[in-house]
Amino acid sequence: MAELLVKNAFVIDPLSGIRGEIMDIAIRDGKIVEDAGANAEVIDAQGCLTLPGGIDSHTHVCGTKVNFGRYMSPEDMRAGRTQRKGVMHVTSGYSVPTTFGNSYRYSTMGYTTLLEGAMAPLEARHTHEEFTATPHQDMLANTLFDGNWSIMEAVRDKDLKRAAAVVAWTLAAVKGFAIKLTNPGGTEAWGFGEDVHSIHDLVPHFGVTPAEIIETMIRANEILNLPHSVHLHCNNLGVPGNFRTTLETIDRVPDLNSRRQTLYLTHVQFHAYGGSTWKDISSKSEDIARAVNSRPQVAIDMGQVMFGRTTTMTADGPMEFKLYMLHHNKWSNHDVELETGSGIIPVFYSRKSLVNCVMWAIGLELALLTRDPWQCMLSTDNPNGAPFVKYPEIIALLMSRRFRDRESELLDPRTGHYVPLFAIERELDWYEIAVMTRAAQAKALGITGIGKGHLAPGAQADIAIYPLKPGELDPAAEYKQVMAGFGKTRFTIKRGRVVARDGEVVVEGANSTIWTKANIPPELDLSADREFVKKFEQYYTVRMSNYPVQDVYLPRGVCIGTEVSL
Amino acid sequence: MKVEDVVCPFCGCLCDDLVVEVEGARVVSVENGCTLANEKFLGDHRLKAPIRKTDRAWEQVSYDEAIDETVGILLDADRPLLYGWSGTHGEAQSVGVHLGEILGALIDNTSTVCHGPSIMAIQEVGHPGCTLGQVKNRADVVVYWGTNPIDAHPRHMSRYTTFADGFFLSDAFRERKVIVVDVRRTESAQVADEFVKIDAGGDYAVLAALRAIVRGKRSLIPTSVSGVSREQLFRMADTLLGAKFVAIFFGLGLTMSQGKYKNIRNAIELTAELNRHTKCTISPMRGHWNVYGSNEVFTWISGYPYAVDFSRGIAFYNPGETTSIDVLRRGECDACLVVASDPGAHFPKACAEHLARIPTVQIDPHVNATTHLARLQIPVAVTGIDAEGTAYRMDGVPIRTRKLFCGTYPSDTDVLTKIYDRVKEEKKHG
Repeated sequence: MAELLVKNAFVIDPLSGIRGEIMDIAIRDGKIVEDAGANAEVIDAQGCLTLPGGIDSHTHVCGTKVNFGRYMSPEDMRAGRTQRKGVMHVTSGYSVPTTFGNSYRYSTMGYTTLLEGAMAPLEARHTHEEFTATPHQDMLANTLFDGNWSIMEAVRDKDLKRAAAVVAWTLAAVKGFAIKLTNPGGTEAWGFGEDVHSIHDLVPHFGVTPAEIIETMIRANEILNLPHSVHLHCNNLGVPGNFRTTLETIDRVPDLNSRRQTLYLTHVQFHAYGGSTWKDISSKSEDIARAVNSRPQVAIDMGQVMFGRTTTMTADGPMEFKLYMLHHNKWSNHDVELETGSGIIPVFYSRKSLVNCVMWAIGLELALLTRDPWQCMLSTDNPNGAPFVKYPEIIALLMSRRFRDRESELLDPRTGHYVPLFAIERELDWYEIAVMTRAAQAKALGITGIGKGHLAPGAQADIAIYPLKPGELDPAAEYKQVMAGFGKTRFTIKRGRVVARDGEVVVEGANSTIWTKANIPPELDLSADREFVKKFEQYYTVRMSNYPVQDVYLPRGVCIGTEVSL
Repeated sequence: MKVEDVVCPFCGCLCDDLVVEVEGARVVSVENGCTLANEKFLGDHRLKAPIRKTDRAWEQVSYDEAIDETVGILLDADRPLLYGWSGTHGEAQSVGVHLGEILGALIDNTSTVCHGPSIMAIQEVGHPGCTLGQVKNRADVVVYWGTNPIDAHPRHMSRYTTFADGFFLSDAFRERKVIVVDVRRTESAQVADEFVKIDAGGDYAVLAALRAIVRGKRSLIPTSVSGVSREQLFRMADTLLGAKFVAIFFGLGLTMSQGKYKNIRNAIELTAELNRHTKCTISPMRGHWNVYGSNEVFTWISGYPYAVDFSRGIAFYNPGETTSIDVLRRGECDACLVVASDPGAHFPKACAEHLARIPTVQIDPHVNATTHLARLQIPVAVTGIDAEGTAYRMDGVPIRTRKLFCGTYPSDTDVLTKIYDRVKEEKKHG
């Protein structure tokens, strides 16, 4: 029995109600336990900040479009490369690192669980292959349903049960974790070069609206009792004035689940724009935050933009084409039959661009104006707003008004006219940061029950120990130390084993993939449904029997089974 | 025993609807397959055991001896090249990249002599593409440029384009227009609605003319461009602009003719331009069934799709410098491991000669041209017949190939893993 004892840890464990206490954490066989034996290996945390392992609830790290981002960008690969060293493989890439690059960099920052933001079901096998090559984090896959023909037909027929059945079949087949809607309806329209521009536009041919798709999927999700809620990338991403679409979407969310939100809205920064053109774009973070503050049934993540070079990639194909028309840089697009789309372009966010400055401010504002940190998670929509290696800097900005003011001096001087950021005094504390980087994610994803995001006995021993002593450090003033501290753990412990130490990965790693399977009654089983099977035979280019992801792709799969409530 | 929905490991179409009848450890019949598929499944003449070249003849050796010798050759080399990979499954390709990493080797796949230029163009301007089902369900205009699917990808037209049923087309065959652009009237040109015959080496100019027309600069077009009349260019441009969904497919006629990657860049930019007016996608007709898989696997591990040089410890990529042809031509490599391809048949003479001079080991089920250049050959199971694993179709859709029976051969992954483990062990102690 492998035992480990972490002594003198300054623990913040929000899900267990621990807000900063010096304590010991005992670990046996990969789990947190009450006490360790006398022979346990001891780590002296020396009063350093000790948190549950970090969880990223929206990041793009594995799969078809991520790999295409690498494939098309040798300039990005050259921008971040390390040699093979010890147990570490070669890594390449800055904004779209290789799988090992992602895994090592996240691990040295204390992250132990990642949710891939968008997996096309038809190409799920690819995502799972890359998951296996991301060995230091447990992985989950948001599964795309935004342009799914069977779903849109069920929505058109007002057949909620059928929609639930399609979700259940698909998630089980592709070993997906949750429902993702990316610009619902828009990705199908993009199949013929069109898009939808409001949640009430009709999707061509299918005659349903984004609002109907979202509402049906929210209800289908609850019928299936999935751990996570519907995970939504709203319509009109990146369009000036799009805050109206976002507010309208939030307004329609029912409150259906007492354990977590009913709708998760991702990278909301990109959806909080006022104005009508790029010339008068402004921040509408206050309106959005007000809506979130009054509705416990929604949770959001920031989608923070940070200055510098990155690569944008999303299933939102039409949006990427619009970006391409602005930037005239290289553009890739990859539509997926009967399901969804995707696009990729490289971008450079500049302090000299007023639009980029406004975007930068909005992300921070959302985090500072959302009262309850459990409702707003820290993210950059990696790598869309910035590569995840910028998280420590974002934490420092949220914890220090002085840092924000320093940054403001470098921005386009007009920025202040368009954003409320510089009037906001709030500085987040260590507890709030702990919530926004792991506890809220675990709750939002519905994975506390499998021991994620907390340190109570029985939990998975995923722990991050940062070289930061909260009692001795004033984050408002010493923001540089905060940034450095969150950038490199003293120890990252994954399933009871030290995996990274002072920025070096020390073991090869072996992760798990977490997926969901609804135990559906026979009448909802589509595997022999005539219509459903016909769709495969006639319109997919892969046979139905070759579509499901075989167990061999999940060497350490963890299945969360759910019971259906009809 | 009949096995249904079998995946064909021949070309990049990766058809997955074959019905294969197996008796014991032998395929006896194939339904739904093209001629190429039938030959692959039925005409299977395997090398029986590992063989080593002696002064005057070949001798059989055991797998252990063959692996020992391979490990010795690789460890002894200063600049080993690991080449091929397109005819095996992704799991073996993955072991190959890690082997390259610990050896500090150069690893390259067959893209280097096929769609390498397409990759270089994509790295300059991106790739507006889609899965083949998008084409099947939506495309009303299909363009084949410098490719002859009827011969090289025999079921491409029936499964994915011209003759396939499509959701948004009520009578797909009649509603779809097919344009073939080539330097000669191929079999595929015979079934096209429009055949555009261009002078050899004239692709770049014709693409540029089409771009100009799409951009509204008709007055700039001379009476003929590389053998294509202005009238035909206008007609073709009008067809493209008037379509609801254009799908362009291109082959080695574009990547390996004069202009090379600049041709592809021009074709991609035409595609991007057309997207301002209608929907248009472009896709390379990948040859080997899993060449795209080798690009994918190389990329997620090393960051680059082909021509990866690990000799500096990091992954380094510079086509023209780190591509197999160039490295062999310079006589730089002092050992080569060939896996699942046949450079002896495809490389220029000077490169093949160099392969014959240095210790070359081939891992391949069959005797081929490379066998004659090699010092050692290790036969393995054929993926899709007696081994299984992941393959990526030409459009990036990953499909798991099947193992139809248990044979006696080890798979590529088995053999490579043994080599990898041994090299790793030696490196640790050395």
